[in-house]
Formats: sequence, C-alpha cells, structure tokens
Amino acid sequence: MSHVIEMLNIRKEFPGIVANDDITLQVEQGEIHAILGENGAGKSTLMSILFGLYHADRGQIKVKGKEVHIHDPNDANDLGIGMVHQHFQLVHNFTVTENIILGKEGGFLLDRRSASKKIKALSEKYGLNIDPDMVIEDITVGMQQRVEILKMLYRDADILIFDEPTAVLTPQEIDDLMEIMRNLVSEGKSVILITHKLNEIKAVADRCTIIRRGKFIGVVDVKTTSASKMASMMVGRPVNFKVEKKLAQVGRVILDLHDLNVMSNKKVLGVKDLSLSVKAGEIVGIAGVDGNGQTELVEAITGLRPVESGTITLDGNDITHADIRRRNEIGIGHIPEDRQKRGLVMASSLFNNVAIKEYYHSPFSKNGILDADYLREYAQKVTDQFDVRSGEGIFSLAGKLSGGNQQKLIVGREMVADPELLIAVQPTRGLDVGAIEYIHSQLVAHRDKGHAVLLVSFELDEIFNLSDRIAVMNSGELIDVVKTSETNEEEVGLMMAGVKQKDGEQ
Amino acid sequence: MKHVKIREKQSNAFLVAVSAVVLGLVAGAILMASIGSNPFTGFWFLFRGGLMNIERVGNTMATATTLMLVGLSVAFAFKTGLFNIGASGQMLIGGLCATLVAHYVFLPRPLYLIVLILAALLGGALWGVIPGFLKAKFNVHEVVATIMMNWIAYWSIYYFIPAYLKGPSLETESASIAVTQSLRTPWLTKLFNGSYMNLGFFIAIISVIVIKLILDKTTLGFSLKAVGSNRHCAEYAGIKVNRNVVISMMIAGGLAGLAGLSFYTGYSRNMQIGVMPAQGFDGIAVALLGASSPLGVLFSSLFFGILQSGKGFMNAMTSVPPEIADTIIAVIIYFTATSVLFKRFWDAVLKRQGDKAKKKEESAQAEVKKEGE
Repeated sequence: MSHVIEMLNIRKEFPGIVANDDITLQVEQGEIHAILGENGAGKSTLMSILFGLYHADRGQIKVKGKEVHIHDPNDANDLGIGMVHQHFQLVHNFTVTENIILGKEGGFLLDRRSASKKIKALSEKYGLNIDPDMVIEDITVGMQQRVEILKMLYRDADILIFDEPTAVLTPQEIDDLMEIMRNLVSEGKSVILITHKLNEIKAVADRCTIIRRGKFIGVVDVKTTSASKMASMMVGRPVNFKVEKKLAQVGRVILDLHDLNVMSNKKVLGVKDLSLSVKAGEIVGIAGVDGNGQTELVEAITGLRPVESGTITLDGNDITHADIRRRNEIGIGHIPEDRQKRGLVMASSLFNNVAIKEYYHSPFSKNGILDADYLREYAQKVTDQFDVRSGEGIFSLAGKLSGGNQQKLIVGREMVADPELLIAVQPTRGLDVGAIEYIHSQLVAHRDKGHAVLLVSFELDEIFNLSDRIAVMNSGELIDVVKTSETNEEEVGLMMAGVKQKDGEQ
Repeated sequence: MKHVKIREKQSNAFLVAVSAVVLGLVAGAILMASIGSNPFTGFWFLFRGGLMNIERVGNTMATATTLMLVGLSVAFAFKTGLFNIGASGQMLIGGLCATLVAHYVFLPRPLYLIVLILAALLGGALWGVIPGFLKAKFNVHEVVATIMMNWIAYWSIYYFIPAYLKGPSLETESASIAVTQSLRTPWLTKLFNGSYMNLGFFIAIISVIVIKLILDKTTLGFSLKAVGSNRHCAEYAGIKVNRNVVISMMIAGGLAGLAGLSFYTGYSRNMQIGVMPAQGFDGIAVALLGASSPLGVLFSSLFFGILQSGKGFMNAMTSVPPEIADTIIAVIIYFTATSVLFKRFWDAVLKRQGDKAKKKEESAQAEVKKEGE
C-alpha cells in the first residue's frame, strides 16, 4: 500500500495552546480515512495545515511519497488536494456550471458548453445526479454540497477532504453522500472525512485516526473496532450511548395544542390543524425531516410567530396570543435551534447572557436598577453547574466560547430557571459525544423532576434515545403520535415520509 | 482580576482613539507642509486659538457643550443599533421650543431653567420619537426618516421664525432673547472673562453621567443594549424590541434637543433661518471617536471643541486655511472607522508584552526551582 498523504509529527502552537502536538496522519491510496476528535481536539487545525491555511511549526508533509511545502490553498490544489468546507462557497445566483468554472474560466471567451458537458460527465461517473444548468439558489442543500464535490473533481483533485459534511444534511441526503464517497474511492480517489459522528465513520470509513486535545491517540481499523471503543478513545473515558432513564411518571397536561394553524415565511400554512399534548414527567420527541413545520410549531408555542387559528394552553392558561415574556413567566424554557442568532448575544458577557430573560425582576434588579453582584453570583452558579469553560470566566464574551460551551451555557440558563415546559430544539447539534451525553442526561433529569419536555430533533437516534412518546411531522401535519416502546425506526421513518401506518392496517 | 480585564478593554479603546487622533494630526501636518506653511506654527496657533487664555478656554468649552450633547445622542442610539443622523433636526426643534420659552415665559430663575430645559428636551424627543415610531411600526429605516425629519425641521423654522419671532432688523433671524433669559449667567461670564461659556456645559456633564448610569446600571440600559447587539436574541428572551427602538430614539432626540438648547439659548441667543446646524453631523464623529461610550464622548467632544474654536485664530495668524481643521477631523473619523486595524495592532503589542512578562516569570520560577534543588 502506498500512502497518498503523510503528515508526520506535526506540531502547531497558537498563543496559549498547542493545537497539534506531534500528530501523525497516514492516508492510503483509495481509502476513506476518518479523523475523529471532539470539538477543539485539533482536527480542523491539522486539515488547515494540509490545505495551506496554516503552517506547521514542526513536522513533515508528504504527498504521494514526495516531501512538499504547502504555502497556500493554491499549492494544495496543484497537488490534487481539494476540500469541501462546512460552509459552502457558492455564488447563489450563478448556475452550477458557472460556479464550478469560477476561477478556472480559461481564455477570454467563456466556453460554458464544453464545461457543462464535462461537468455532466463527471456527475454521471460518480453518481452525483446534478444538472449543470440549475441555479444554485433553486437547489437543495444536499445538491449544493454535491456541487462543491464537483468543483474539486473538475479541478482534478484526487484527495478529497470533507469537513463535517453531514451537519447540514437530512438523513436521506446523508445516505446519498455516503454512497457518493464510496463511488469516489472505487474510482481511485482518496477521501479524508472529518467528523465527530461515530455512526458515519462506522458506515463508510475504512480506517480512523483519533486525536484528543491536540494529541495523536491511535489509528484503528473501523470494521474490527466497536463504536464504543472509538468513543472512549476520543473522549478519554468510557462513554454511555444509551441514555439511562427510569419509566416516565406522567402527571397532568402541561402543554396542550388544539387545532393549531401557523403560517410559514412563505405565506402558506406551515403547521396544519395540529393537536398535541405534553404531560408533566414525559419527553415528547418531534420527529421529522428538517423543514416540515417544526420551526413554525416551536415559534408558535414560544410566541415568536403568530397563530392563525387554534389554541395553545400552558398549564391551564390560554397563551395563544400572550407575549413572549408572559409565556416565559408562566414557565416556558426554550433551547433555540440557532444558538448564534437566537440563543446568545455574542458581543456580550456571560453574566449578561445568563440573565437576559430575567434581568428585569427581583432579585436580578430592584426598581429598574440592576444588582450587579447578584448577576455575577447567578452566572457563576450556572457556569459552575453546567461546566461552561471560558477564558475569562463569567466576564468572557459569549462569542469567544466554543460551540459546545455556548450550547451548555444556553442549556444551563434555561434549566436553572426550572421551567414547567422545556422546548429543546436540536439541543446537541454540532456537539461532541461527551457534551451530548451530558445534555441528554440533563434533559432526562428535567423530566424526572416532574416537568414536561418537548424535544425537536432531526436525528432519529436522539429522538429514540430520549423520548417517551414520538410525534411525527410531515408537511406541517402531525402524522401520528406513538409510544417509543411500541415502535421502531423503520415505522417512524415511513411516517416521516408521510405514510400513516395504522390507516393501512384498518 | 475582573477590574484588570475591564481596564484592559478601556485602555484598548483609548489607545485606538489616541492613534486615530495622532494620525489625523500627522495628516494635517503633511497638508500644511504641502501648501508651504510650517506645520508647527500652524498647530501652535490652532491650539493657542482654543486654549491660550481663559476667555478662549470658555469658548472652547461652550463649543464642546453642543458637540458633547449631540455626540451623546448619536452614541446612545448606536448602542441600540440605531443610526441617528437626525440630530440636526432635533437640535432645531429643541432650540425652537427653548427659544419660545425664552421669549414668552417669565418665572423665577431656577423654575424658569427647569421649564426651559424641559421644553428643549420634549421638542427634541418629539423629533426623535417620530422616526422611532415609524421604524417600529412600519419598518421605515431610521436613516431615511431622520434625514427627512431634518428637512421638515429646517423648512418649518424657515417659515416659523419670520412669522412669529422676527428680529427688529433682520428677516433671517429671530429676535435675540434677553441675556437674563439665556443660559448665560453673570458669574460664569465673569469667570471666563466674557466668553460664551454658559450653564449648558453643566447640563452636558450631567447628561453624560445620567446616560452612563442608564446604560451600565439599569434594566432599561440592559434591554436597550440587548436589542442593539442582537435583536433576534432579545426578541427570543421576551424583550419588546419595538418598544425599545422607540424609547431609544426618544432619548436620543431629547439629548439632541438639549444640544439645541445649549447652542441657541447659550452659545448664541437667537436662531437663524436657512441653516442646518453642522454640529448635528459633527456629533457623529464625536460618537465614533468616543467609541460610543459616554466618557469617550466627553473627551472627544472637548478635543473637537478645541479644533473648532481654534481654527479661526490659526487662519488669522498664519496662511493656513481653517479647512485644515475640518480635514484633520475628517482624517480622524476615517481612522476611527477603520479602528479594527489599530485594535489588532495594539492587541498584538499588548499580547507580546504579556507573553514576555509571562516567560520572564516562568524562567524566574524555574530558576528558583533549580536553586531549591
């Protein structure tokens, strides 16, 4: 076997931290090689060095056996290394072809036709299923990602780096992507997959390099290594995948939705005639592919979006038209889908962020004057309890925290307030195994205190792990509500596609 | 620990401002040299013009008063994420209300001053609250609305003053108000040797303190800043975004109204028609240089006050045209607007020094350890 990429004893220091400490990565020709590590373990730094965005302080890089010095991404491209970034770099009102030839137009006159022909051929060869004449803004996120892949293939890259490629995809699109990766290696390309999702590695990778806190931990053969073994190598301790939970002690109805209709941004009904109740002491999971009305539903319950018709009752109070603060006061906690946009004020300190829902009342303030000492004490309590790590403690700006710590800060803020109803939307999106485990256990603990939890997640594993009942949504409609113990992933998957099981049987 | 951090941040903003000022002055020097004047004499007379005797110091302070209040108005709106470009109009209306009171209301001095201040405050607040309301209700951008409000104020005054407040001789300005009805006060005038210095300066200082307290210590300030830095998060947290936009514009307008008070019933004693007060726009520069913080506005307005009141003297004593002072201000604004560059520079310098200190400490500790062994 020849190594197509070798990164030997790489060291990279940033002021204050060693991001990569003596890391070695050897990728064989024609394999899918995963790099597994928690957020901040140094995966991205390592790849940025390979792609020429950073320079290693020490160590050696060999491509196809020859030692190279990669100064910038152009060098990397010349060596046949291409990268699909987490955030796509596409011009939205250009066609697929125009995006792909951008920077490689060649000559004075644009030759769209032959470029488009070449793209079509590539697309067919690798099973990408892309029409070169479509405009980017009209195609799905999954297709946009495939355009990024085509961009690299068009430039004759034969080593392809995927940086957390599934974060933005639906389950079906993830399956498609896995298939594409397999096609790529069967055609002789090599793939480096950066991820912290073990099931993806299990599904597609041949070998896996594991790094933890900047250090090389080991290389394993994926087929013969269990997921829990890899997880414990990544985190440094045994990891529990199954959430431990007792049988739900269900109490009174906390949230009651009756014939709810909500408009989406496109001025059509995003939620249609939806009725659902969530009781004290249970977790109800809403399963569904992204964009099937979950966002509209959550925004209607939390007061961010007006309701067309129907009623929302919270613990006996009609809150259909109540303002957001009133809902919070009665007892809604909300872990929002987009933590950067909704969840935090990035330019503000942790202690301000922790108090943002409650600053206006005692003991946070008296007669309109903030109690700075109490604010700090409270923030200290939340950050200690939820292990939020930051450079300057509660005086750090929220924007300076890592994604996982930002999420822990939001979860901490919402849970310390002890709401009757906690709405958690994608509570573990983009987090590593350790943080996921912790947040899951906290959600179950909240349930066990006798509160209601409404969980919205696009990951079926999470829904099945946590929920006592599963409500499945498709195109704004509630397909069915089933007990987790009485269903399985296939049945829920079918319902997510809009097929109602029980009707068929009757 | 906490105090060190906060001080570090403030000193950073301060370094950025000082860098911008120094570069502005250097640019001014280059310009003076390029038209054949000696920059050192130019600057000597520029600063002498603002500071050489107690009377000129008083005039500088009176000039700075208006800039301080407008700067505070713009800075306050900035904090809520709003760009108040309508301070000129708010000044005019605040000044008009104050001038009306000065002509028609006769009360014991302390009571009179309260009425006078309230009139200006309300006039300015009204002119600010209208764009705020339009923004909240109909999502009309405040830049467009405040500029239009400027012109509404300008033309209203154009017709109102000749019709109702006409001076004895000139059609283009209002009748002067009595000195006893103005913000001038005998002891201040005497103290500053007959300068324009007036009570407005104290109004401005009190405003700086009040605004600082509102922003730092109150729930109102908390919600205004939350709306300013992330309105989506503020909305999610249950803060009424629209109400805060209206309140913010109202307070900003009120502050600009006070600026009008200080200018039309303190610095001068009448209002001219057909003049859009330039201070309304200079205040944007004051707020920028002051990093939108109340204390920053205090110092930057004093600095701009010196330039503004010294440029006439510089022109009289040298061949340097007064526009050089405006050019310096423009360059300073330019460098303040690109302050990110300075921030990076000073961050790097401070960090390097910090690292050095740390290394020294570490090696010292290592040595101590060695000796111990």
